[in-house]
Amino acid sequence: MYDLGKIIPGLIVFVGLVSFPIWYNGGDAGAIPKPEKPVLAKECVADIQYMRTTHMQLLMAWRDDIVREGGARTWATARSTEYNRSLQSGCMKCHTSKKKFCDTCHEYAAVTPYCWDCHIAPQETK
Amino acid sequence: MDAKRRDFLKMAGLSALAGLTAPAAVHMLVNKGPFQANAATAAPVGEAGEGGHEAAPATGVRLGMVIDIKKFGENQELARQCIEACHSIHNVPDYGNAKDEIKWIWTEDYEHAFTDQSQYKRNTTLHELPIMTLCNHCDNPPCVRACPTQATFKSKKTGAVLMDYHRCIGCRFCMAACPYGARSFNWRDPRGKDAKGQPFIKHLNADFPTRTRGVVEKCNFCAERLAVGKQPACVEACGDTGALVFGDLNDPSSPISKVLAENFTIQRNAALGTKPSLFYII
Repeated sequence: MYDLGKIIPGLIVFVGLVSFPIWYNGGDAGAIPKPEKPVLAKECVADIQYMRTTHMQLLMAWRDDIVREGGARTWATARSTEYNRSLQSGCMKCHTSKKKFCDTCHEYAAVTPYCWDCHIAPQETK
Repeated sequence: MDAKRRDFLKMAGLSALAGLTAPAAVHMLVNKGPFQANAATAAPVGEAGEGGHEAAPATGVRLGMVIDIKKFGENQELARQCIEACHSIHNVPDYGNAKDEIKWIWTEDYEHAFTDQSQYKRNTTLHELPIMTLCNHCDNPPCVRACPTQATFKSKKTGAVLMDYHRCIGCRFCMAACPYGARSFNWRDPRGKDAKGQPFIKHLNADFPTRTRGVVEKCNFCAERLAVGKQPACVEACGDTGALVFGDLNDPSSPISKVLAENFTIQRNAALGTKPSLFYII
């Protein structure tokens, strides 16, 4: 192999630069976000773990069903809690703060969903 | 092999001929005689002239509206109230200039509302009346055909022409396609503020979303209100004046069907074949 003296140090520098965020933070993933849970509501529209991983697909399914198919606006959970299949007037009626609920995880995961470009977030108290 | 070039060419020619003519021969055998099937498969003609007061298809709901021009003439405030009710409920921004104007429901003068009618010797009072106009919710909507993303579509349940703002890419083909000017484009951010710091949406209705810049919007026949058993905002604003009658055109016993049966009504530019669902009592 030619130029081993250049390639090996070059590779070491490259790997070092690419992995910079990992070793700079000492392998720490940062503080795990703790979204504020609603005080009054007993259960969510689906299982918590499902909501954590799949809430975006659920919201899209609601959207397509209601906007395009004229689907039912209210639904009930397995424990027959009625809820409104709506972000603005469903989810946000229990999760009353976008800052303390949505944003905590979304900021941590560095995702910027465009829900709130159109939908109106509830007024933040204080 | 002793095949000669001459024989080879003969065989090749015959095979090509057989290949080309075989489908036609089979077609003739199957249909008993040359090209009879063509007459049967030809497209039916004579649909182009429809679009006026055509017989409504018997199945499904088709929402429509009757607008009584005289009632709006008697009470000139009524039109303003309708517009105010609709635009405040749906967070329609007011950009303060005609070029950027967003309108779901608006008034037009007779001449521009009914462009297909002759204006020659038209009586003067009619010219001064405000003609309430909104999306015609056509039964044959050209905007739906123009939309490349199916962001605008005809509701299967109500027959209203609706929009899915999530899908709109702002190409404005629908605006070019709509012959009634019922669609408006957000050239600016509806949540923004004007030069004086006044928000474009005066009072935000927290129960309905806004739109973003780069999205087309229009009247949705208050789909969100109908879903919870309310009347459209403009119909509600008119109260019991009877200026706006809303209902199912396909239901012969609905109030709108009765009004249509008893009055002479016209549609905007019906000759285009868009089959508007709005009817005007002049």
